[in-house]
Amino acid sequence: MQPRDEIRFQVIWSTLIALVEEQARTLMRTAFSPVVRDSGDLSAALFDRRGRMLAQAQTGTPGHVNSTVAAVPQMLAEIPAETLVAGDHLITNDPWIASGHLHDITICSPVFGPDGLIGYFACTCHQLDIGGRGQGTDAASVFEEGLAIPVMRLVRAGKVNEDLMRLLRANVRTPDEVEADVLSYVAANEASAATLVRALAALGLADLEAVGDEILLRSRAAMIAQIRALPRATASNAITMDAFGAPITIACTLTVAEDEIVIDFAGSSPSHPRGINLVYNYTNAYASFGARCIVGAAVPNNSGSLSAVRVVAPEGSILNVVRPNPVCARHIIGQFLPEAVLGCLAQIVPDRVPAEGAAGLWGIQLRGGPEVARHFPGNWKGPAWETLFFNAGGGGARPGIDGLSATAFPSGVRAMPVEVVESRSPVVLWKKELRPGSAGAGRYRGGFGQSIELATRDGAPVGLFAMFDRTTQRAQGRQGGDAGAIGSLHLASGAPLAPKGFQLIGPGERMCFHLPGGGGFGPVTNRDPAAIAADRRAGLLDGGADDTA
Amino acid sequence: MGGTIRIGVDVGGTFTDFALALPNGIRTLKLPTTPDAPERAMLDGIARLLTQNGLAPTEIGGIVHGTTLATNAIIARQGARTALITTEGFRDVLAMGDEGRFDQYDIMIRKPEPLIPRWWRYGIPERIAADGEVLLPLDDAALAALAPRLRAEGIDSIAIGFLHAHANPLHEERAAKVLSRLLPGVALSLSSRISPEIGEYQRFSTTAANAYVQPLIAAYLDRLEAGLAIMGIAAPVFMFLSNGGLCHLDTARAFPIRLVESGPAGGAIFAASLARDLGEREILAFDMGGTTAKVCLIEDGIPRRSPTFEMAREHLFRHGSGLPARIPVIDLVEIGAGGGSIARVDDLRRLHVGPQSAGAMPGPACYARGGTAPAVTDANLVLGCLAPGDFESSGLAVDTSLAEGALVAGVGAQLGLNAEASAAAVIEVVDEQMAAAAREHAREKGVDLRTRLMIAFGGGGGIHGARIARRLGIDRVLVPSGAGIGSAIGFLLARAVFELGRTIAMPLDRFDPQQLNVLFAEMGAEAMALVSRAAPGAAQETRRTLILRYRGQGQTLSLPLDDGALVEGDAARLAEAFRAQYRQLYTLALDRIPVEIVGLTLRQAEIGTDRLNLTPLDRLQRDLPRQTALYDHDTGCAIAAKLTHRDALVRGRPVAGPALIKDYGTTIQVPAGHEATLIGGGHVLIARIAKE
Repeated sequence: MQPRDEIRFQVIWSTLIALVEEQARTLMRTAFSPVVRDSGDLSAALFDRRGRMLAQAQTGTPGHVNSTVAAVPQMLAEIPAETLVAGDHLITNDPWIASGHLHDITICSPVFGPDGLIGYFACTCHQLDIGGRGQGTDAASVFEEGLAIPVMRLVRAGKVNEDLMRLLRANVRTPDEVEADVLSYVAANEASAATLVRALAALGLADLEAVGDEILLRSRAAMIAQIRALPRATASNAITMDAFGAPITIACTLTVAEDEIVIDFAGSSPSHPRGINLVYNYTNAYASFGARCIVGAAVPNNSGSLSAVRVVAPEGSILNVVRPNPVCARHIIGQFLPEAVLGCLAQIVPDRVPAEGAAGLWGIQLRGGPEVARHFPGNWKGPAWETLFFNAGGGGARPGIDGLSATAFPSGVRAMPVEVVESRSPVVLWKKELRPGSAGAGRYRGGFGQSIELATRDGAPVGLFAMFDRTTQRAQGRQGGDAGAIGSLHLASGAPLAPKGFQLIGPGERMCFHLPGGGGFGPVTNRDPAAIAADRRAGLLDGGADDTA
Repeated sequence: MGGTIRIGVDVGGTFTDFALALPNGIRTLKLPTTPDAPERAMLDGIARLLTQNGLAPTEIGGIVHGTTLATNAIIARQGARTALITTEGFRDVLAMGDEGRFDQYDIMIRKPEPLIPRWWRYGIPERIAADGEVLLPLDDAALAALAPRLRAEGIDSIAIGFLHAHANPLHEERAAKVLSRLLPGVALSLSSRISPEIGEYQRFSTTAANAYVQPLIAAYLDRLEAGLAIMGIAAPVFMFLSNGGLCHLDTARAFPIRLVESGPAGGAIFAASLARDLGEREILAFDMGGTTAKVCLIEDGIPRRSPTFEMAREHLFRHGSGLPARIPVIDLVEIGAGGGSIARVDDLRRLHVGPQSAGAMPGPACYARGGTAPAVTDANLVLGCLAPGDFESSGLAVDTSLAEGALVAGVGAQLGLNAEASAAAVIEVVDEQMAAAAREHAREKGVDLRTRLMIAFGGGGGIHGARIARRLGIDRVLVPSGAGIGSAIGFLLARAVFELGRTIAMPLDRFDPQQLNVLFAEMGAEAMALVSRAAPGAAQETRRTLILRYRGQGQTLSLPLDDGALVEGDAARLAEAFRAQYRQLYTLALDRIPVEIVGLTLRQAEIGTDRLNLTPLDRLQRDLPRQTALYDHDTGCAIAAKLTHRDALVRGRPVAGPALIKDYGTTIQVPAGHEATLIGGGHVLIARIAKE
C-alpha cells in the first residue's frame, strides 16, 4: 500500500471505530434501562454486508460485546438479507442466538446507501425486566424466565409492529420503559446509519467490502503475530465456584498453536438444574475476552481479531446447554471464565498475568411493592418497584502493580452513584466503603473489596435476588501471593442470607454485603515496607483499625 | 472593565505570555514561567512592558490573569494538607469512583489516587435522604471531637461533603459553623456550595479539588496583589475562569477549582471574538501549542460549553482516567499533539506521535539541550517549515543536523526512511491525529465541519492549520495577528461571567412555577453579586435555562427561558418544546413517557461595550531570503517556496502557495493550491483555490 493510501485507510478505519463509539454513547443517553444508562451494560457494533463485525465500541460487558459477533449472522440466517428493505429493524432476545439470557434485547438494523445494502448496526442492551420470575437464578427452565422474542421484524419499512409492542408491554413489569427503550435502540441505530452513509459518501466509498477485508485481514494478522510471539505450549487449569447448592468445576485447557489460541472447556461440570447455565455464544464471548486482554490487547475487537481465538465447550456441559435449560443468571459463571483462561496463561507467560480477583460483580437486584408485601403482615402501601445496581469487589494484583480496589473485572460496567440509586427507589444505603483486610497480601497486593449496608427507607419488606459468588472460594494469589478474602452476606440482626436465589427480607431489616478481595502477586515478604505502612495508616489492613487514631 | 490600557497575562506550564492592549494596538511578550513563584515572571514581565512602552504604573487600567497554578498543583500533587468530612459509611467515595475501568482490554491501568488520602477522610454520623429529609441528625459532638485531631495532623483545608447535600445543605452548613469556630483559619469548601448537583463522586471530587488548591491559590493571589501594589499598580486584577468569563480575586479565592484549564479557554474566547468581528457564524478554533493541540467549536461568536471537566488524567488524554470536576468549562478537545510531541515506532511498525512531549526541557532534539527523541518541531525544521532563525528571538540556537539525526535514529531506522521522509511521515501522522480529534468532536456534536472557517493560532497553528483544514474538507483558514499569544489576548476580551447549576426532580404534571422562581431568584442574586464584584456598575444580562428529560432517560435537553417569572401554564409549553426538540434529535417522540425537570442553570454576564484594538505593534526585525526549499508531501521532493514577512503583505495582493509567511512568534504555511491574503486587523486568510 502506498503511503497516501495507507493514511487514507487508517482514516477510514478510525472513522468506523468512532462511529460505533458514537452509537454506544447515543444508546447510553437514550436508554431508559438504568443498567444501560448509568452502568453502560450494552454493546454496539458495525457489520458488513456479509455479517462480519468490522468495528465495535469499547463498552459494557464482554458477554454482550463478543456474543453480538455471533448474533448478527444467526439473525440473518433466519431473515435473509435479500428480504430486507430500508427502514427494517430486526429484534430478538433468544438466548441461544444473542447473549445468553432473555433480559438482553438485540436490535439489528440494515444500512442502505445509494447503491443498496451496505451493512448493519447492531446493539445489545440489558432490560431491567422481561417478565417471568425476574432476573434471578431460580427458574427450572427458560420458559419461566420471561418473554421470548424470536428473530422478527420490530419495524417493517419504518412502521413499528404494534402487535409485537402490545405483546411485549403485556408481559413485562415496566411496560412504558421497555417500549421506550426498544424504540430508543432503533433510533440510535438509525442515527448511526445516517452518519455512516454520509461518512462513506465523504470518503468516496460505495461500500465497506474492500475496507472490511483489509481491516479483518490486518486484525487477524496482528493477533497471529502476537500469538507467534508466545511460547508454543499447552496449559490446564481448573477453578471451583460456589455455584448454586454444591460447588462446580470449570476445567480449561489452553493451547498456543501456530496461528490460533484454542481454549477447551472439556471436563467442566454438566448443566445445572437452576438458571446459572451458559449458552455457547456467551461462553465463547467471555473466554475469548480472557485471552484477548493478555494477547493482542491493543488490536481492535472485530471478527478478524476474534477469529484467532477458538473456544470449545462440550454440549450438555454447564458452558454449552441446550434448550430449554434455564440461563437467566448466566453471568455468574460467565464472569469467572476469564479467570480460568488467565490461570492457563499464567503458566505460559507468568509475568503478564494478574492474580485472581473477585471476578463476579455483586449486582444487588431488589423488588418491592405488592408482589413482596403480600407475604408479610401489616398494611404496607407503596407501588411496585424494581432496582438493580452494580458493586465491584477487589481485582487481582498485577505484575508490578497492586490490584484495583472495588473495580469491575472482567465486566466493564460502572457503578451508579448512591444518590441516584436512592432517588429512584425507596432504599437507603447506610454504608458503601472499602472492606479492610479483604485484599490478598503479596509483593503487590490484591484490590480491596467493599462492604455495603442497605435497607428500605420506610422499613417495608423487600425481595432480594441473590446472585453472588466467591462466598466459599477465595481469589487465589500468584507466584507466592496470598488469596483474597471470601465474600459474605447477612442481615444486620445476625441471620445469614443465601448467596443465590430469591429471598424475602422482613420489615425493618438491614442487609449487609461484604464483597470479596483480590489475590496478591509475589510473596508479601518482598513488599515495599512503605506500601505496607501506607495501607496500615489508611486503616485498610486486618480489622481496619485506623493507625492515626 | 474600565481603563483603556490593559494587560492580559497567561501563566502557562512553560511560558508566561503577555498582551499589552494600547489604544493603537497590541504589544506582546513571552517569558519563561517561574514555577516556584509564578508571580515573579508575571511582575517582571509587567515591569518590562511598562519600561519598553514608557508607561507609568498608574496608567494601567486593568489586569486579566489566567494561570495553570491550580491545574499544576493537582497534577503534581502539591496542594494543601486537606481533609474530607463526609457521611459515616462513605469514607471511600473518592477512592471508589464509578468502580469501572476506562479501558476494557488493558489490565495494567492505573486509576487516579484521590487528592485526599484515606487517613484524612473522616465519616461523621448524619444522614439526609434523596428528597432532603433528615434521616439521622448531624452528630455535633463527633464533629467537635474530630477538631483536635485535624489540628494535630496539620490540616489546613477541609472539604465537607455529605450525601444529598445538594438537596439539603443543612448539615454541611452546620458542620462548617462548628469547624470554623473550632479551627479558625482553616479553609472550608462545602459541596453544597461548590457543586450543588446530584452524584456524590463528582460532587465530592470537585469539592476536594477546590479545598486542595484553595490555600495555595489564596497565598499566590495575596503575593501577587502585594507585588503589584509595590510596583504602584492600583488597577483592578481579574481572574480568567475556565468558562471563559472573568471574576474578582475574592471569587477566585472561594472557587479556585474554576480556574483550571483557563489558558485553553482564553484561546477559545480569542477565536470567538474574532469570529464576531469578522461576522463569521460557524468556526472551528484550532490552537496548537508546545505540548497539546486544542479544538473548539464556536457558533455565533459563542464557544460551546460543557458542565464537567476531567483533571490530571492518569493516562494522558484517555477519557475516564482523570479526576472529575463539575465546573462550567469551554467544551474543547485537547490532544497530545504539539511542537514538543515525540515520535516513535511501535512493535507493529506503526508510527505514533505524542502524547509524550519533550517539553521545554530538554525540548526537541534540535534545541541541543540533550534531547535525543525526534519531536514535531524537529520534523518541521528538517522539512523547511521552520528555520534556525525563527528561534533567535527566544534565545535558542537550534541545530538542524541534530533534528535529522534524531529522526533517522528514532523513526527512519525502523521504517527504512531517510531524514526528510521520516520527518514527512511524522507530520502526516500528527496532522491526521489532530484532524481525527476534530472530526470525532464534530461528529459527537452532530456538526458538519466542511462549511466552517478554521481559526488557527498558538505557536504551531500557522504551520499546520491549512494542512489539517484540507483533511477536514475546510476551505478557509484564518491565522490571526497575535496568533502566538492568543490566550493572553483572549483574557483581555473576556467579560465577567458566573454560572450556577442546581439539581431538582419535578415532573411536569406537578409543575410548581413558584418553587422554580424562588430557586432562580436565589441563584440570580448569588451570581449577580459575584459579577458585580468583578464589574461594578456594569450592565448585566441573565440567561436562565431549564434542563428536562423523559423520566428515566439519561438524555437531557436544555430549554432557554424568556425573562420574567414562570407561571402555571408554562408546563404545557415546556412539554411541547421538549418533545419537538427531542423529535428533531431522534426522529421519534416517546408520547407515553412523562417529562420532568431535572435541573436549572443560570448564567449571569456583564454586558460589555468597549472594544480592543488588535493591531499588532511588534515588528519582525529579521531579513529573509526571497525563497526557501520546502518539502513537498505529494512528490517527496524539495520545492521552492516563497518566503516573506507578514509585515510585507499588502492588502489585495494575495500570496500563492507554496509559501511561508514569517510572523512575530509564529510561521504561516501556505500549501500549494492555496493563497494567502492580508485582511483587516492584520489577519492572514488562507483560501483553497484549486479543488482536488
